[in-house]
Amino acid sequence: MALSKKTKEAFLGPLNINNPVLVQILGICSALAVTVQLKPALVMGISVTIIVAMSNVVVSLIRNSIPARIRIIIQLVVVAALVTIVSEVLKAFAYDVAMQLSVYLGLIITNCILMGRLEAFAMSNNVTDSLLDGLGNGFGYAWILVAVAFVRELFGAGTLLGYRVIPQSWYVANGGFYENCGMMLMPAMALILVGCIIWAHRAINDKEAK
Amino acid sequence: MEHALSLFVRSIFADNMIFAFFLGMCSYLAVSKDVKTAAGLGVAVIFVELITLPVNYLLQVYVLTPLGLGYLSFILFIAVIAAIVQLVEMIVEKFSPSLYNALGIFLPLIAVNCAIMGASLFMQQRVQLDPENVKAIANIGDAFAYAIGSGIGWMLAIVALAGIREKMEYNDVPKPLQGIGITFITVGLMALAFMCFSGLNI
Repeated sequence: MALSKKTKEAFLGPLNINNPVLVQILGICSALAVTVQLKPALVMGISVTIIVAMSNVVVSLIRNSIPARIRIIIQLVVVAALVTIVSEVLKAFAYDVAMQLSVYLGLIITNCILMGRLEAFAMSNNVTDSLLDGLGNGFGYAWILVAVAFVRELFGAGTLLGYRVIPQSWYVANGGFYENCGMMLMPAMALILVGCIIWAHRAINDKEAK
Repeated sequence: MEHALSLFVRSIFADNMIFAFFLGMCSYLAVSKDVKTAAGLGVAVIFVELITLPVNYLLQVYVLTPLGLGYLSFILFIAVIAAIVQLVEMIVEKFSPSLYNALGIFLPLIAVNCAIMGASLFMQQRVQLDPENVKAIANIGDAFAYAIGSGIGWMLAIVALAGIREKMEYNDVPKPLQGIGITFITVGLMALAFMCFSGLNI
């Protein structure tokens, strides 16, 4: 099946050029709060991807029968139902991660990426394009989360996904030279890291544009 | 009373919605270009928070918990918030056109503001805490105190950022960092400053 240019754009655009976090500045709240460790960030990224894709499909299916005046509430209910399902599944199969994500799991409902995509794309496009657009935006969001969490967990705790990367013997306490950067564990560093990623992203893309 | 007061002060400074939990970031970054609009949105957030949080508190304590329907809380809370925002918009439009003109464009935005939903979800966690805990929300008075405190904390943060951004217009920021990039770093530094409140105990 040959993909049309528009369909391709719907999937690939959000990964880089039109990234929801870096360019559209959507869905920041949760992107910052769950990135202390890699594992919750990964789970959050996957959950958001599934929910964006599914809600895009559902809203795109019923787009012709939604009255314009109450569309926001209908979209919210669709999203809230999907989030409830994902959160119940996570509580059943990955309880500790669900607890780490705490309120941020519920806050996927008010994640601006979802409402933004539903309003801007799913309400006016067919199901296949909406699915790809949802997946693209979800992955675009997830890779930022994973990138930030990678840096924060590696430098803040010396581990990745809970496994030790920086050997114990390097630490000052064991006679080595290395010390964890405690700053990385603080919420403020997430903001500064995302700021730096935006800086790099803009610098690279501006050069390409010229 | 003492407990409610402590909850109020803590929710403004130590548990600030923006700097401690990053809630309501999207509108925070988007609408903080000048102080006047920022203050308008801040007032609207306080207003909606003050109505929705006690309503959700009552629902949680008297409906969801006794019936064991905790898993429906997401749908119920967001429906309450969306409905109340719509209702407030209609009431304000009818009785106070001047206030409506001031808040008008922000009200629909607030239905999807994470700070509002976040406060309700935190409330859901906090009602289960031991009443002696400083973070516990034990009665409806506490719910009001928490609602107004977190609203004021949010407004404080957005007005402060808008003030800084107005001054930053005149600074020579590297080109790719201009606009949203430097705003992120500014907020990061502000969050560092706000962390000195985290040991606050009243």
